[in-house]
Amino acid sequence: MALARFLIGRLFKAALVLLAVLVLNFFLIHAAPGDPAAVMAGEAGAADQIFLDQLRERFGLNLPLHEQLWIYISGVVQLDFGFSYRQQMPVLDLILDRLPATLLLTGTAFVISLIMGVAAGAVAAMRRGRWSDTAITTAALIFYATPLYWVALMAVLLFSVTLGWLPGFGMETVGGNYTGLDRWLDVAEHLVLPALTLGLFFMAVYTRMTRASMLEVSRLDFVKTARAKGLKPGVIQRRHVLRNAILPIVTLAGLQAGQMVGGAILTETVFAWPGIGRLMFEALLQRDYNLLLGVFFISAAMVILFNLVTDLVYRIADPRIEAAG
Amino acid sequence: MIRGFLLGGVAALSMIFAAAAAPVEGGRANVVIQPEPPGLMLGMIQNGPTQMVAGNIYEGLLRYDPSLKPMPQLAESWTVSGDGTIYTFKLRQGVTWHDGEPFTSADVVFSVDVFLRETHARLRASLVHVENISAPDDHTVVFKLKQPFGPFLGIFEVGTMPMVPKHIYEGTDFKTNPANNTPIGTGPFKFKEWVKGSHILLVKNENYYQEGKPHLDEIYWHVIPDAASRAVAFETGTVDILPGGSVENFDVQRLTALDNTCVTDKGWEFFAPQSWLWLNNREGPTADVRFRKAIMYAMDREFAKEVLWNGLGDVATGPFSSKIRFYSDKVTPYPHDPDKARELLKEMGYDGTPIRLLPLPYGETWQRWAEAVKQNLEEVGIKVELVATDVAGWNQKVADWDYDLAFTYLYQYGDPALGVSRTYVSTNIAKGSPWNNVAGYASPEVDKLFADGAVAFSDKKREGVYTAVQKKLVDDVPVAWLLELGFPTIYRCNVKNLITTGIGVNDGFKDAWIE
Repeated sequence: MALARFLIGRLFKAALVLLAVLVLNFFLIHAAPGDPAAVMAGEAGAADQIFLDQLRERFGLNLPLHEQLWIYISGVVQLDFGFSYRQQMPVLDLILDRLPATLLLTGTAFVISLIMGVAAGAVAAMRRGRWSDTAITTAALIFYATPLYWVALMAVLLFSVTLGWLPGFGMETVGGNYTGLDRWLDVAEHLVLPALTLGLFFMAVYTRMTRASMLEVSRLDFVKTARAKGLKPGVIQRRHVLRNAILPIVTLAGLQAGQMVGGAILTETVFAWPGIGRLMFEALLQRDYNLLLGVFFISAAMVILFNLVTDLVYRIADPRIEAAG
Repeated sequence: MIRGFLLGGVAALSMIFAAAAAPVEGGRANVVIQPEPPGLMLGMIQNGPTQMVAGNIYEGLLRYDPSLKPMPQLAESWTVSGDGTIYTFKLRQGVTWHDGEPFTSADVVFSVDVFLRETHARLRASLVHVENISAPDDHTVVFKLKQPFGPFLGIFEVGTMPMVPKHIYEGTDFKTNPANNTPIGTGPFKFKEWVKGSHILLVKNENYYQEGKPHLDEIYWHVIPDAASRAVAFETGTVDILPGGSVENFDVQRLTALDNTCVTDKGWEFFAPQSWLWLNNREGPTADVRFRKAIMYAMDREFAKEVLWNGLGDVATGPFSSKIRFYSDKVTPYPHDPDKARELLKEMGYDGTPIRLLPLPYGETWQRWAEAVKQNLEEVGIKVELVATDVAGWNQKVADWDYDLAFTYLYQYGDPALGVSRTYVSTNIAKGSPWNNVAGYASPEVDKLFADGAVAFSDKKREGVYTAVQKKLVDDVPVAWLLELGFPTIYRCNVKNLITTGIGVNDGFKDAWIE
């Protein structure tokens, strides 16, 4: 069956890409100045040579680079991503611990931005030239051009500090000890600001793209035909225009979904969200090689996975497309 | 230490009232911790954040008041032999570990002689003076020194010599012992929960040996990575205590102006953090003492203190912080005097070679400070190039001596033999670590004075030696001293007795209560 062959081919290629990513990242990270032993000693504010040597030996940092790489890769093959020097925990445990928080945040942001972006873009396209179109396109332009960090801080300033409506950071009320539904509501409350902040940029992108794409499609002959047949404008927009205009959005959504794991570094830092983006950023600053490589690996795997999903979604959105290996 | 800081006075006043009122039992302290500690087993890890949290779980034999006078903790009394080589400690009776096992002298011997000797770099340097440690009975410990060591009574604080439970660690691989994740100490609070990336929870030790303490039920340490968010956390009431360095300095004034907010820079006396610029004494223009003096005259350190540090701290006069023992101000002063700097540069025939300045990558204040220094130096004709790095890159560049000027700050630990000499003695020149004598300064005279100062027994003798060393160093300018840093602890005024000793928040919250 074509689909099975397609999937097997893609998975094989994915494995090769992942291996290449792993090796490349390994050398890139080790090319950066500074080593984890020195950073850890630095945080302690004191170190003698014995201490540094102890650290290096314990983490295998004294071995030649190619041996370190070999040890690392043979570990990864068995799903052992090594030990985090800084966090004193196995890398896989750390990542699995933090991944749900990131998926919740980016997933929510993804859904919000996709739904609201496409809706706003469709409305703008249908009301082209009217004031609502102008309002939507202007707002989209502003969100598109504003740095995420600034939006986040302003949102916190307005909604947390000044108005006191929403919590400004964290994933749940620390020490609140909520359970069941209360806990879900608590998390949802904490989710609003970071998810909106993170979603705004992509929402703007989807809005602009949907609008442009729909306007383009609505000039095509089959839409004129539909109109000539006397179909209602709403039906034409929904069935004929939007459906055909959606493909570029799928492409972009696939890209965004692929970046979901790594793309939330800023948001997670500003909002103290205990996710994987922050973990990666801290690992980078601390030269926590194993942890950093682990997060990179998971991010790369996600990108590949979502590319695959995107290709499958193409086939559903437009059955004329044959997915090729 | 009286400051022109209005709120400092308010804080001091409220402390006096606090002393009069009876402590309220119960309640929760919400504190910021930054960055997230790598672990809480204080014997294994001595990071700043680890010390701050784990100072509630573990204890040392002694504590130190703000003037660094030793006070009883796990040891209730101690005696020193006439020749200064035998220290005998009587341990408190009835102390138990958090798991119920009794704390005895065997734990002390194991902690110091076995565990910390292997894991604690800073203590190891002091332990070379110790010949042996013995436990004649369950509640007595005797340290026999090879020769007198002046600062010996200053190394029993919890961050330097935390007591670790022998019954859990003996005969195991300390580094991989699973108990490291559930630390067991003798302190006023017990470890309860750690949600990585979010918070650490400590709860009251109901069986604490000191009657009626601690007062608080629980302490939540909030991990908030962004400095602006930490300020917001205080403003919105999520946290009540911002330990020194939690927020950017430019936020300090705004936050302390809030209602019910107190600020103090007490609790850093033991650490006495002092900042300076490493000057590369080996090569380039900085190898010339006239150039180094010119830098001292060119810098406007009063400005840095007033504007960048909100008036907190003091301009450093030399290698010793004024908070530590044997400080002397009878040294050559270096006021802000650009003309004098130009004169010195002309005298040495400085040819305008540009020098590289390495800022400390610890946030905005340090970045701005580097820019201010650059401006000061360019005013007198020294061309400066700022070299941007992250923490790991900074470590490596400084450790490899790949710099001309580099910002740093180090703790002085109350005594010149513990926290000062390491920066200036030639035996401590070694590539690979950014905390030894990075400048490459070598003076046989200074080496000898520091060596004498460490082993001289009477304080009178030590004082003479250390006054001489300060004079000599200030004239040689091996590094360019900046400020004795003042780190403000910002907290709600209804938190009482928060800081009672010379190590501040790191000493734990056993005396604190909330009104």
